Order: sequence, then structure tokens, then C-alpha cells
Amino acid sequence: MEEIQRAFGQIGINHYLFLSSVLFSIGVMGVLLRRNFIIIFMSVELMLNGVNILLAAFSRYSGNQSGQVFVFFIMVVAAAEVAVGLAILVMIYRNIRSTDINALKNLKW
Amino acid sequence: MSSVAFLVLAVLTIVSGLMVVFSKNPVYSVLWLIICFFSITGHYILLDAHFLAIVNLIVYAGAIMVLFLFVIMYLNLNKENEPHKPFLLKLAAVISGCLLMVILAGSLKGFSMNPPTQIPGTFGTAKGVGYILFHEFLLPFEVASILFISAMVGAVILGKKHIND
Repeated sequence: MEEIQRAFGQIGINHYLFLSSVLFSIGVMGVLLRRNFIIIFMSVELMLNGVNILLAAFSRYSGNQSGQVFVFFIMVVAAAEVAVGLAILVMIYRNIRSTDINALKNLKW
Repeated sequence: MSSVAFLVLAVLTIVSGLMVVFSKNPVYSVLWLIICFFSITGHYILLDAHFLAIVNLIVYAGAIMVLFLFVIMYLNLNKENEPHKPFLLKLAAVISGCLLMVILAGSLKGFSMNPPTQIPGTFGTAKGVGYILFHEFLLPFEVASILFISAMVGAVILGKKHIND
């Protein structure tokens, strides 16, 4: 415990920068890796959350609460996005009877 | 103490985030995503954002995850029937994701910021955030309600089987 604490010292903004960039990259990787559109949607949520953590960390480290209000608005927009997005996904599933994103390639060159 | 808590929460966040992406079964993905959101709530508490922690718990881990679970059960996705991408494409996806991480972390590496030695007592509580929300950000707050109404109407219209009945 003590050694860990000494090795990392006080948690600085760097740790949060690293954590949120890892979380964002995991989201990007999920979007590229999976073919199920619900999992792709969840990966987008992971990316949003990585950005949210970073905004909250900057808000704390600059002592300005406005950043937290921005996180609040991101959550509002994410909730609206999930509602509409899942409705669209259900409608797509009704039409093509699968969750495979590769069935939707009419716009692909 | 808080650095140990941060490390534990960060490992939990990253591991559950990876499990979301790499689980075969979509139901397990959603359950790992719930764990991920809980650990993010812990991060908010460590960052003195108590109001955000509760909102994250209610909105993300509560409402959005229930929506995801309902859709997965409605589409009957409880088994692994997802076709896989070719191995080469998967490898390319993992490599490009790791490269993005290296670029993001490397470009932000030298940045440092000193936290203020003392913060107001209402920092991040419902009182402090609410004061700012209803003074400086009142117009965006009202616009967000219009956005919600339009999203709700859009979801209902999209979810109907036939538009005309």
C-alpha cells in the first residue's frame, strides 16, 4: 500500500488524462471490432464516458464548477441519443431481421 | 488513500470496458457496462463531483442500461450468433485502437495542472452545481428540455409499427 502510494504520489491530472484516453480508445476499438450494432452503440457510450471523466477532472483541477454543468449536459444529450438510437435499431431489426451491421451497406462505396 | 482508490477504480474501469468490447454475449456486455458505469461513479466521487456521481448512477446505470437490456431482450440476443469479422480486420482494429491510445496519451503526457489548495464547500454538490446551472446556464437548460421532448416524440414515432394506425 505505502509503496504504491509513494510510486504514484498524489493523483494528478495526468492520471485522469491517461484513464480517459484509454477509455476512449477502448470505445473506438469496440466500434471497429464488433459487428453487432448494439455493442457498437455501447462502445459509443464508453467514449462519451471517457470524455465525461476528463471534463470532471479538469473541473476539479481548475476549481471551476462549470465543467460539471457541461458533463450534465452531455449526459442529457446522451440519454436523448440512446432513446432515439435504440428506437432506430429496433426498427432496423424489424426490417432486416438481424443485428449485423454489414447488412446495412447501401451507402458503402 | 485516495490514490489507492483511484488505482483500483481505474483498473476496474479499464477491465470492464475491455470486457464490454470482448464479451461474446451481448447480455454480458451490458452487465460489464453497468460495472464500468459504477466505477465511473466512484471516479466522480473522488473528483468531488457528488451531484454528477448521483446523476451518473441514476441516468446511466439506471435508465440507459435498463433501456439497453430491454432492447436486447426484445431482440432476443441472449446467444452468441454474431458473425465475426475476419482475423486480419480484427487485428487492424486492435492495432489502430492501441495507436490512437498511444497518440492521445503521448500528446497529453507533459501536461500538468496544480489543483487549488482549497475549494468552496459547495463544490460539486447539488447546491453548487444547481446555482451555476440556473444562473449561467439557464438558457441551455431550457433548450435541453426541448431536445428531450423532440427525442421522446422521435422515439415514439420510430418505435411504432405503422405510422398510420
